[in-house]
Amino acid sequence: MIQIAVASGKGGTGKTSILSSFASFANAVLADCDVDAPNLHLILRPEIKKEIPYEGMEVAEIDEEKCIKCGECEKACRFNAIKNLVIIKERCEGCGVCQLVCPVNAIEMRKRITGFVNVANSRFGGFAYGLLLAGEEASGKLVNQVRKKALEIAEGEEKNIILIDSPAGIGCPVIASIGNTNLVIVVTEPTTSAIHDMKRLIEMAKHFKVRTFVVINKYDINKEMVEEIEEFCLNEGIKIVGKIPFDKKFTEAMVNGKSVVEYDEKLAELMKRIWNEIENELR
Amino acid sequence: MIVAVASGKGGTGKTTVATNLAIANSATIYDCDVEEPNANIFIKAELKKLEDVFLMNPQFDLNKCTFCKECAEFCRYNAIAILPSDILFFKELCSGCGGCKIVCKYDAIEEGKRKIGEIYHGKNGIEIYQGLLNIGEARATPVISQLKKRIGNELSILDAPPGNGCPTIEVLNDSDFVILVTEPTPFGLHDLKIAIEIVKKLGIDFGVVINRDGIGDEGIEKFCSREGIEILMKIPYSKEIATLYSKSIPFVDKMSEWRKKFVELMEIIK
Ligand code: SF4
Ligand code: SF4
Repeated sequence: MIQIAVASGKGGTGKTSILSSFASFANAVLADCDVDAPNLHLILRPEIKKEIPYEGMEVAEIDEEKCIKCGECEKACRFNAIKNLVIIKERCEGCGVCQLVCPVNAIEMRKRITGFVNVANSRFGGFAYGLLLAGEEASGKLVNQVRKKALEIAEGEEKNIILIDSPAGIGCPVIASIGNTNLVIVVTEPTTSAIHDMKRLIEMAKHFKVRTFVVINKYDINKEMVEEIEEFCLNEGIKIVGKIPFDKKFTEAMVNGKSVVEYDEKLAELMKRIWNEIENELR
Repeated sequence: MIVAVASGKGGTGKTTVATNLAIANSATIYDCDVEEPNANIFIKAELKKLEDVFLMNPQFDLNKCTFCKECAEFCRYNAIAILPSDILFFKELCSGCGGCKIVCKYDAIEEGKRKIGEIYHGKNGIEIYQGLLNIGEARATPVISQLKKRIGNELSILDAPPGNGCPTIEVLNDSDFVILVTEPTPFGLHDLKIAIEIVKKLGIDFGVVINRDGIGDEGIEKFCSREGIEILMKIPYSKEIATLYSKSIPFVDKMSEWRKKFVELMEIIK
């Protein structure tokens, strides 16, 4: 199984648009791991087959009747999630330490549903995506579940590629999205911010020993910075597999719920070339 | 007063709004996007490190350990695996909750600490504080809460991380107002709706800024007028603004009409 994560460090560089274009050619299973802001389904408009509730971390609850107001829990909680003997739910990490230290067993850890893993069909193939309820922790655990489902779908459909839409940033859900993949495609653009974020993401991929390629989106908005990216990649031994011009058609395609490959022939050709390049490298 | 600038979707121009707003109103900016802090790319202050951020990190004493597995069974993060005569500790998974030390009956766990990030400060016209998460570390929230301890009474602008998860909530908590920056596309609208749900849950006043106005569709405006949500500002998609952005120049510095608009924006919020 070849697992490819499309990531970007900085959000909004066009990673989902690019991933959906690859999906048009790749005969792959798709996994949207951007669980707190998933967008791929807006293009795929999938038919959901199964919605699997996801149990996140538990949350502590104090039984007022049993509580003797000793304050031990508040002292022990390292996440400042207990104030005046009241649990602040948004802060609670569900670690269970308060329950451990409570001398009268007044604290219970409650299970709760914090999101869903959806298993779906799309016109490009099987599709698994995570959906976190608003404000819940975007844990790597949910990402792992999504990836597990994608793997099952791929085995069922006898496909050997999984394309993963990874979240922005470099934290927990990103680590879970790119860990144990065969390749990370970093989508960047020639702006100071995007380059800065790309470098941090590449360093992280290196830390986890995953092979990396770069795609430069909107390369024509600042030629000098493209050179800066090229020089950086050359020094790091990272291949730049494609350069995509700034084109309103990407947004238009998105507004129409399509991948750009389905929307514009010229861009379709370009995206096809980039995908072929990636496939060749993987062989 | 604390004003947080957030956006469900990444890359909508949250940092652009935060930095321009801070510069126009001589506010202090706190870059809480500790995974990818970008505000100082625009402020260009010389940053000095103020402090490190640590997490509690258990240290196992193999001489005292009886391999009873109690700590591993307690740990809800699966950070500990006990082998017949060894311990495997996965530090990336550890939350630093300290529970393992409490359950260990044999006093085999010492409290150590592990550095997961840094807090910086600098000044160039306005003051900036910035948190930075170390690469390979999973937990942004402790870095954010330590950074937020620096907030004083002055007008403070917080640049929140993208997304709608835990770190974002940590930033928004106890803000007086939230500006949600979005772009006029289906992706922007989808993520904006989730962000609004959170802000409403937290009970904080908010308004919307549409960036790159004109590139997509009418979805956001229709949604906001239907829901009675105030659109505070629209920043058009313009070549001039995009070019200044790509060169990391805050556009209020070059376009004085926008400086005025960001001052007015602050007036509305107040
Ligand atoms: S479960 Fe952990 S984080 Fe939650 S309140 Fe108890 S000690 Fe604090
Ligand atoms: S400190 Fe908490 S999370 Fe870390 S290993 Fe111990 S029990 Fe697990």
